[in-house]
Amino acid sequence: MMPEISLNILDVAENSTRAGATLVTITVDADFEADQLTVTIEDNGCGMTPEQVERVTDPFFTSRTTRKVGLGVPFFKLAAESTGGSFSIASKAGEGTCVTAVFILSHIDRMPLGDITSTIHTLVVYHPDTDFVYQYRFNGRSFTMDTRQFRQILGDVPFDTPEVSDYIREYLNENKLDTDGGVSY
Amino acid sequence: MKSLEELRAIREKMQSQVSMRAEDHSHIRVVVGMATCGIASGARPVLTTLSNLVQQKNLTDKISVTQTGCIGLCQYEPIVEVMEPGKPKVTYIKMNPDKAEEVLERHLIGGHVVEEYTLNSADIK
Repeated sequence: MMPEISLNILDVAENSTRAGATLVTITVDADFEADQLTVTIEDNGCGMTPEQVERVTDPFFTSRTTRKVGLGVPFFKLAAESTGGSFSIASKAGEGTCVTAVFILSHIDRMPLGDITSTIHTLVVYHPDTDFVYQYRFNGRSFTMDTRQFRQILGDVPFDTPEVSDYIREYLNENKLDTDGGVSY
Repeated sequence: MKSLEELRAIREKMQSQVSMRAEDHSHIRVVVGMATCGIASGARPVLTTLSNLVQQKNLTDKISVTQTGCIGLCQYEPIVEVMEPGKPKVTYIKMNPDKAEEVLERHLIGGHVVEEYTLNSADIK
């Protein structure tokens, strides 16, 4: 198992980049009144056939050749379902995939969200050919990061330039703080 | 809130610097495994530590830090591979941020492989 939800997000979003997605949209929506944390990861990658979708939550199914197990999706599903929440995956070959996990916030088995800023930063900086839209909502307040906006301003200056990488980390940190007031959950 | 204006300023500063990273012959590539196995065993802080230190020490034109998928040695994750032109690849296993810093100091900067953390020194049965 992963120790935090943000690591599940990193892992599942890595699948999107591996599927050749040019755009990955990640939404983290914490609603304490509804007692729910909803995470969606949507991509426009190669998608999966109905047979693959059916088997993707099976730990002994993977499209990899380096090993015979695929635990990323089963881990994410188990993490959500063990809180009384839900998990679903919708995909169409050639169009993309959308993964949704709902966690019950107050459940004793819910793992912490963890360092979501590091997850998004890692995805953005190390996948120069993929655009990411990240929307973070907390009790109705929200902020959105869109790498297409960054790219428009930066032109050919890469995201892993130290100054740019630092800027993206601070951008994520400051906007998250403005949105949730620094609560950790 | 952090503004996009700051990013514009960074871009202007970058564009005035003519030299880009020359891919010279001594360029070292450091690759961190970031599949489920790597992430679950702590690869994210290892990657962050390495890339932060490379930035802080102004080594970005000599060392590049990137990530990869599953290397197929899941039981030894987090794994860090060091590729240096003209030298055999070095595979460091069971890394953490402290060991990563040591590898940076002793190997990437000092030029001496930290043998005790490598796959070669592991007791493979």
